[in-house]
Amino acid sequence: MKHVDMSVNLAGMVMKNPVVVASGTYGFGREFNEFYDISALGGICCKGLTLHPREGNPPPRIAETPSGILNSVGLQNPGVDGFIAHELPWLRQRDVKIIANISGNTPEEYGIMCEKLSDSGVDMIEVNVSCPNVKCGGLQYGTVPAMTAEVTEQAKKHAGNVPVMIKLSPNVTDITAIARAVEDAGADAVSLINTIRGMRIDVNTRRPILHMNTGGLSGPAVLPVAVRMVWEVANTVKIPILGMGGVAKAEDAAQMMLAGATAVAVGTACFADPFAPVKVRDGLEAIAAAQGLSRVGELTGGVRPW
Amino acid sequence: MPMQNICRVLQAEQLTADVFSLLLEAGALARAAKPGQFVNIKCGEGNLLRRPISICDAEGDTLRVVFQAKGEGTRWLAQRRSGDELDVLGPLGHGYDYPETGKVLVVGGGIGVPPMLLAGKRAPGGAVAAVGFRDQSACILLEDFEEANIPVKIASDNGTVGHHGFVDALVREYLTEDKTISAVFACGPRPMLKSVFTAAKEFGVPCFVSMEERMGCGIGACLVCACSVGGHYRHVCKDGPVFNAEEVDW
Repeated sequence: MKHVDMSVNLAGMVMKNPVVVASGTYGFGREFNEFYDISALGGICCKGLTLHPREGNPPPRIAETPSGILNSVGLQNPGVDGFIAHELPWLRQRDVKIIANISGNTPEEYGIMCEKLSDSGVDMIEVNVSCPNVKCGGLQYGTVPAMTAEVTEQAKKHAGNVPVMIKLSPNVTDITAIARAVEDAGADAVSLINTIRGMRIDVNTRRPILHMNTGGLSGPAVLPVAVRMVWEVANTVKIPILGMGGVAKAEDAAQMMLAGATAVAVGTACFADPFAPVKVRDGLEAIAAAQGLSRVGELTGGVRPW
Repeated sequence: MPMQNICRVLQAEQLTADVFSLLLEAGALARAAKPGQFVNIKCGEGNLLRRPISICDAEGDTLRVVFQAKGEGTRWLAQRRSGDELDVLGPLGHGYDYPETGKVLVVGGGIGVPPMLLAGKRAPGGAVAAVGFRDQSACILLEDFEEANIPVKIASDNGTVGHHGFVDALVREYLTEDKTISAVFACGPRPMLKSVFTAAKEFGVPCFVSMEERMGCGIGACLVCACSVGGHYRHVCKDGPVFNAEEVDW
């Protein structure tokens, strides 16, 4: 089989392969490292951080749905300082790119967190403007172009040399308008999609399964929505895209790349199979080889639209 | 260390109208299993999430799980037959820690009874059991306790078998009769766990309970199975499922 160069360059961050794991599905990597060496991955989007530690939402926090799950964890996390002190030193010993994921209540909070992370040794900062599960902050910033731009500017101003990637919400009328605002405000990359807001009700108790009533949908059910949005955004902006949303196997990842993603994140699939990201990497290499490519990156944007 | 094994079903058995038993060829996974831990089983292609099932017994390379067919996933699992293969992650979670000396009283309610079998069998200082069921038709594993030489007291909600009432009455009986009991281990519905804890506390005996919550990954990464313990959300799959009842925020 022909050798395929699996490395990709996401906004200046060179990864040995394009497979990343999505924020909130992989913790800080420790649990999965008990099953295999997480250096097998290109990068890790760490569990979402806030300025101060958060307890998260009351349970139940998960509901299974057709080909997907709804979650409302509510950003339970040790806070950005806790991450830098207790998780980052361990992660830095692994040969994998570290992408910190942050959520703030105000544009200033995003700035403070970027400042703290700027010289911490993370390789990229993913800015969450799209968490559907917390009341203040998150989603509201990701649905109005001017506000997303303001958060992007704050993040860029304080992130130093660390590239900034904005994570876009699918819960908008026109995702390309947000992507354009983010690019104009200086973002180095975008990641998409975050979860789609959803709800499931127990017919007998008439209660929503999730304690917070609604949550974010992920899993194979959202893949076609994600591929479509990646394609639209790729046609709108020049900055690179980390594609995610329902990627469970190599073919899904290849679709994301053909739609325009430079790299791909595996998320919910990690729950069904901890080895899913490794299998996606291996399968992607096989697809690239079968198509006679010398670099996996040749897939990016290669879709041939009718 | 947790592992992923493809396990062959050695024996499949229906115990009651909705409770099933599977004996699995699980190799190193079975050898690593400790009382109170669980396995996370993939239940067919249509169900995205695995189903967490408590470990009922482990001997050599074989692992036994006893579960209730309740939803789509567990109904699929209930249809497995001898020779079928299952994708199993485990052993997972923090199980029961035995006291340094003395006997343990293992207490199970309904589908909380299975993990108490292994908990009783492995007790270094011996064990006695109190088990509660809805009625006689729901009774499971009584011969298994007998075979393991673990004395059992039974309670049923409607009095069709054993004591008419709940297991906490049996806990009080045991703790009154036998002063060598140095810990109570319990698994079952939350109200039962609370009543067992209350009874144990009256006698000043430490109580450890196995909690339940809807799970995602089962390995401690996704943080969905939150349970309030000591004023903070801990996670049933990794910090638990077994917690010191004294610390649980009832």
